[in-house]
Amino acid sequence: MCDISLEFAGGAELLFESRKKQSVSLPPQDRPWTIDLLVKWLAKNLLKGNPEMFIHADGSGVRPGILVLINEIDWELLGGKDYRIQNNDSILFVSTLHGG
Amino acid sequence: MNRLKASQYLPDESIERYSRQILLPEIGVNGMHKLSAASVLIVGAGGLGCPVAMYLATSGVGTIGIVEYDVVELSNLHRQIGHREASVGFSKAKSLVSTLKTLNSSINYMSFETALSDSNAKGIVKDFDVVVDATDNVSSRYLLNDVCVLLRKPLVSGSALRWEGQLTVYNHKTGPCYRCVFPKPPPPETVTNCSDGGVLGPVTGVIGSMQALEVIKILLDEDGVLYGRLVMFDGLSGSHRTFRLRDRDPQCAVCGDEPTVSELIDYDAFCGSSACDKIPSLKILAPQDRYSPEEFKERLLNDPYVHIIDVRPSEEFAVCHIPDSLNLPFEELKASPSSLYEGLQDVIVVCRRGNESQLAVKMLKDLGVTAKDVVGGLQAWSRLPGVSFPSY
Ligand SMILES: [Zn+2]
Repeated sequence: MCDISLEFAGGAELLFESRKKQSVSLPPQDRPWTIDLLVKWLAKNLLKGNPEMFIHADGSGVRPGILVLINEIDWELLGGKDYRIQNNDSILFVSTLHGG
Repeated sequence: MNRLKASQYLPDESIERYSRQILLPEIGVNGMHKLSAASVLIVGAGGLGCPVAMYLATSGVGTIGIVEYDVVELSNLHRQIGHREASVGFSKAKSLVSTLKTLNSSINYMSFETALSDSNAKGIVKDFDVVVDATDNVSSRYLLNDVCVLLRKPLVSGSALRWEGQLTVYNHKTGPCYRCVFPKPPPPETVTNCSDGGVLGPVTGVIGSMQALEVIKILLDEDGVLYGRLVMFDGLSGSHRTFRLRDRDPQCAVCGDEPTVSELIDYDAFCGSSACDKIPSLKILAPQDRYSPEEFKERLLNDPYVHIIDVRPSEEFAVCHIPDSLNLPFEELKASPSSLYEGLQDVIVVCRRGNESQLAVKMLKDLGVTAKDVVGGLQAWSRLPGVSFPSY
């Protein structure tokens, strides 16, 4: 089982029907769920609108300008896109703001 | 020794003016001296820059510099609280400094009425102790980051959009710089500015006030400075959270151990967008598929049955629209079945600035509908003589 809590902020929620928070059960699979696989799964299953607003044009991970925070910590400190998702993880995708 | 005359380390006026903050043990007389000896550069005199500058001026920071090339617009006043109605049309840098002088005339103010660029940034930044990023675009943020890394200045970075704000301090102690966290700029089409996305005044007020707070903590050499941490504020849900960010990246292009960026570069080229073109103009349609605003006016005057489709979001349509135009928001147009438009011919598509209308015309044409759009959209339309249409 891999039940996770997903959050979107900074405008990233606009790509997910304006839902800032949702709980998701990731379907069982042979290999462990990583952030990389989650991003692909999100793009295929939950994303509404232009995928290039969320994923990298070449399909590898999130686009520049989106920061991933896993349990309130920068994903870079936890292995980045190869981080192995654990049950009950809270994963936040935040689009950086530039306005002032 | 005259015991009737107090021994004091600050002039009477300063003691009275700053008494409430001097009472804080972290400030005291020493802290007050640190603040008054300090210089802070604020880049941007907008929604963030105004509260930052106002709080730093009232706190007694000795020298405050303001960099801003733009003029005050009426649409600024809901959030840019350092400007007055009478300043509309005048320099924002001057306008803000004149407000600051009314708050605290004992401070040294410097205004730079220019856009910060790779050619002038070092010269402007070099004499200041701390830099505040209160800009509104990606290109300026990378420029400010790099100049602060090269000149070893802490950068207090804030941003706001809609109901949300973000805040952190870059290039301070073991913390990362902007490029450590965001090595690559976002694709320009993914970036939303305040004039498109909207923003609420108190949200920029919260973030700007927090930026002023971080500046004061840096000047006092306090431990709790927000470096290596990111604050996210969501005014709508009332949440305020702090996240742990990565440390300085030894492989960072500018602050790393072997930097590849050792001089300022062309940031507009690097980001694919410019600091000053607030609204990029798309060129998708051929000129013959577009009306000039004047040609559009001719059609409206001469053809009572002309079909106008307005592809702006319904909220904007509700604010103002051309009478008898039909609102078909672009997002809905993309999602709806083609049968809706069958048989429609000779349609004129309008939007706010003439960008999305081009995409809409292209989609309609693919569905067999003949359509043209209006160059410059309703914004250009509103500037035509004889036309009454509000600008927003
Ligand atoms: Zn760096």
